[in-house]
Amino acid sequence: MPDPKTQDEQKQGDQKMDAQMGLLLRTGVLVSCAVMFAGAVLYLLRQGGERESYAVFQGEPASLRSISGILREARLGGARGLIQVGVLAMIATPVMRVAFAIFGFARQKQWTFTLVSLTVLALLAFGLFDRG
Amino acid sequence: MNNALFSAALCGGSLAAGFLGALTGLGGGVVIVPLLTIAFGVDMRYAIGASLISVIATSSGAAAAYVREGFSNVRVGMLLEIATSLGALTGAAVAAYVPTAGLAILLGVVLLFSAFAPAHKEDRRDLAPPDPDSLGAKLNLNSTYPGPRGMIPYNVQRVPLGFGIMGIAGLLSGLLGIGSGAVKVLAMDLAMGLPFKVSTTTSNFMIGVTAAASAGVYLHRGYIDPGLAMPVTLGVVAGSYVGAKLLARAQVRQLRTLFRVVILALGVEMIYNGLKGRV
Repeated sequence: MPDPKTQDEQKQGDQKMDAQMGLLLRTGVLVSCAVMFAGAVLYLLRQGGERESYAVFQGEPASLRSISGILREARLGGARGLIQVGVLAMIATPVMRVAFAIFGFARQKQWTFTLVSLTVLALLAFGLFDRG
Repeated sequence: MNNALFSAALCGGSLAAGFLGALTGLGGGVVIVPLLTIAFGVDMRYAIGASLISVIATSSGAAAAYVREGFSNVRVGMLLEIATSLGALTGAAVAAYVPTAGLAILLGVVLLFSAFAPAHKEDRRDLAPPDPDSLGAKLNLNSTYPGPRGMIPYNVQRVPLGFGIMGIAGLLSGLLGIGSGAVKVLAMDLAMGLPFKVSTTTSNFMIGVTAAASAGVYLHRGYIDPGLAMPVTLGVVAGSYVGAKLLARAQVRQLRTLFRVVILALGVEMIYNGLKGRV
């Protein structure tokens, strides 16, 4: 059991980190939603009258599956590509939170938790990076 | 239905789910997949993809509000995120080989479980005596939380058991595109002996990371369609924002019971559809 003072300091350090993380998360969600909304306006203006069917699974085209494909699609002005950039930003939001925690813990010299956060970030990166 | 009408209807349904989820404390993420498959006839794989993105959005949005109150335990959360991320990656990998009927039945069971999960609880437990040899103490997981008369210290117990249950929570999240908050709270509240409010807020904090681990896999597999993810996410975010705002003033007991019945009915329907092979 660490003495009360260190635990207090630790709690303070944690709370400061919490507050910064909260701001980061909220900004991430706001930015992602704004991008999605912009894409939605374009999408509904251009393809609002068409009919998309989701009853049978076909999977997204390659251009909307990979990070590089999505960014290319959005640069070309595609509405679905732009929404997908918002989706990417949403997925990136908790990833940034973990990356931020690495620095937060390192600054407090809490090496065990710096390593823990690094492990989580590695697992997230494994899921996120484009394959092949 | 054309895309404009479909988006509007989907956004409205998701808004209701997010609103009720936030207001009742039961979470709206668990009903998105059944809403899409049962009410909108969407293939389960597309539904899982869209649900995951909305789960990240609600978790991240709500966590921002909770962390300021000093309830969530970042260190416990981060440590357990290793377990949930591993579970989620495994779940997302395995999901490709599980028939959708099997996923539907599993989701039905999770819905039944969620319908009975506690939404609030008095912290009547006697504080466990601090044990310097425990893993919780060695890892510096013990902390304090705000009580009516100042900060109350608590000890973290049975870390390996909690870690194991969190792996299962992650697996379910990766398989079904849900936040599995009910299982996460179970791990921290019952297994690790954390105060209930610390468990729920830390769980909320973790849900986004868990969902992000499998979302990448689903994106690459082509499960995440912008025409579905957009109305669902925007609807759920707006709904849960309003729900959280009203929380302090609302009488939620009856509403919570009503939402439990809805979750229960959706669970039965998912199991039935899965058994009939209609997914």
